Amino acid sequence: MTLLFAAGSIAEFLQGHVYSEAWALVIAALIHAILIIHFFAVAPLFYIWLERKVAGRIQDRLGPTRVGGKFGWLQTLADGVKLIQKEDLCPQAADKLLFRASPYLVFVASFGAFIVLPWSDGWVAQNLDVGIFFMLAVMSLEVIGVILAGYSSGSKWSLFGGMREAAQVVSYEIPMAICALVPVTAAGTLNMVDISWMQSGAFTNWLIFHDPFCLGAFFVYFTVATASVKRAPFDLAEAESELVAGFHTEYSGIRWSYFFMAEYASMFAVSGIATALFLGGWNTGIGIEAALLDPLRGTAKIGALGGFSVGNYIANLVGCVVFITKGCLLVFVQMWVRWTLPRLRIDQVMVTCLKYLLPISCFLFLGVTLWPLAVHQLTGQTTLLSQMNIGGIEFGVPLGNKAYRPIPPRHSGTFESKTSHVEPAVEAPAEIQHTAVVRAAQMRAEVRP
Amino acid sequence: MTAVLDFLFWLFHDGAVSIFGVVTVLAAIAVVVSQNVARMAFWLIISLGCTAGLFFSLNADFVGAAQLLIYVGGTLVLLIFGVMLTASGPFLSIKTSPGEGVLAGVVGALLLSLILYTAYAVDWVNVSPRPIQGRVEVGFNPPAEGNTTRALGLSFLGARPDKDLGSTGVVLTSGYLLPFEIVSVHLLVVLIGAAYLARSKRRKDSSTEASL
Repeated sequence: MTLLFAAGSIAEFLQGHVYSEAWALVIAALIHAILIIHFFAVAPLFYIWLERKVAGRIQDRLGPTRVGGKFGWLQTLADGVKLIQKEDLCPQAADKLLFRASPYLVFVASFGAFIVLPWSDGWVAQNLDVGIFFMLAVMSLEVIGVILAGYSSGSKWSLFGGMREAAQVVSYEIPMAICALVPVTAAGTLNMVDISWMQSGAFTNWLIFHDPFCLGAFFVYFTVATASVKRAPFDLAEAESELVAGFHTEYSGIRWSYFFMAEYASMFAVSGIATALFLGGWNTGIGIEAALLDPLRGTAKIGALGGFSVGNYIANLVGCVVFITKGCLLVFVQMWVRWTLPRLRIDQVMVTCLKYLLPISCFLFLGVTLWPLAVHQLTGQTTLLSQMNIGGIEFGVPLGNKAYRPIPPRHSGTFESKTSHVEPAVEAPAEIQHTAVVRAAQMRAEVRP
Repeated sequence: MTAVLDFLFWLFHDGAVSIFGVVTVLAAIAVVVSQNVARMAFWLIISLGCTAGLFFSLNADFVGAAQLLIYVGGTLVLLIFGVMLTASGPFLSIKTSPGEGVLAGVVGALLLSLILYTAYAVDWVNVSPRPIQGRVEVGFNPPAEGNTTRALGLSFLGARPDKDLGSTGVVLTSGYLLPFEIVSVHLLVVLIGAAYLARSKRRKDSSTEASL
């Protein structure tokens, strides 16, 4: 991660055409940051409206109908205006600094996860090679803000909410990480763009259908993810019927709304992980979109802007819409579950995690490591389906054949001189060239264009 | 305008290291100076989080993410949890005497001088590893930009792609396989021990023993 805030691509593209390297970098950084912040802010607006509509329909009501016309679609905006106008209260007994700072901790942790979410092929703010690990690490920080909010409020309700949250989230983090490891083990990479790449083509290539263990891991992951963003039936931290409002009892106004923005954004973040790891990422799963969109890539270049291709943009936009649609569908399922199932007791929540979900996820992880060996013993190949091509759609391609292969040099022009100092490469001696690692590298070198 | 641009460029390009470094140090000082345990934990979050930021801006993505997950997400949550469970009053505070401050200052200065002496005694330009042709090249980013995951994983499995390949007549190293196994067995023992200590202690009264 040479540039902390900007991926190389936009900056590289800009620097040839805009004034200088400095401008290119600054503009690229701002584009990435502003795009993600806008998604982060607008998605909760939509989800809160959707939540009210879903809740209404499930309870045989209409939900919001008046604000902004027919479907009440401006309801959340009206709520937001109301929340900004409210007084920013801080209780007498609270630790003022921590009380004021903890909404921002929650907010920043939830926002940080969006940095590595792969929206489309090449549309990712930071293409980290430790992508999913980074995402899980950042999302685990959200709990600190919640605990500190509960502790610093100086209220017993809040303290109980914070303690429940700590116990619950620390326990649920373990099966969540193990379940995320199951498709990662099948794919052999932590890079979320790479994992999404491997699932291109027909929907049989999605990792959820890769083997029975990945199929099981998806459902366990989704349960655990629902718990880790403290959604009902696992919303013990704010259990309204017992703890007033749990950890955010004492909050009002815009600070209170930060907690909710972070919660709804996290719902999309965990759904985005599920989409990228199990459900094919930006791929439609029909398998024909590659034939339709790939000819577009690199076409209709705008002359003055050199590398900017309208065709590329359209192809990526389609992928982005597919990704967001899949994520929103999973968020809808989370809402559906919330308004259908009753809330669990705290001991039931802990038993569900430690006695059922954790052993199940360990079993799935063990199974997915043994699966390729067993399949290879039985069929002589590492995929269950034989490799075939029906109507231009590839089936049963081994995942490794789809992995991204680097094409050096990545940077060109003045950009490289500042970012990386590569010493002259050392030639591997003849006597150890037979090692598997070297041979793999040689094979990779041959397929390079 | 140029000054603003220059500042933004510095901020996005090289400034991250300096900013994270300064914030790490300031937050670390705040940990020592503040007297409220919960606030100490808060400043420790800032300090350790910025240390992770330092790792990220120096292209050590894996170490940075591990720092966030283990220290900020794991250890500190346990610390705050412990404070919440054990505090007798609403906000536990710790007061230190001036003598303790002086002693801590002396020890801290000694440690700092030791670290500085060691850091400046190494010729960093010559010991930094050179990329070797034929190393594992998979993934989007070159190893110099944070793609160190595979190299790390391979060395835990007993192969060092940065060492074993490339130099003539070298005996193949065993990587970090042995320390990795020892640590994992150690952790397993600790886990079992913790589960044994934390188990619910059922008192065997005489009636159940008799019935058995």
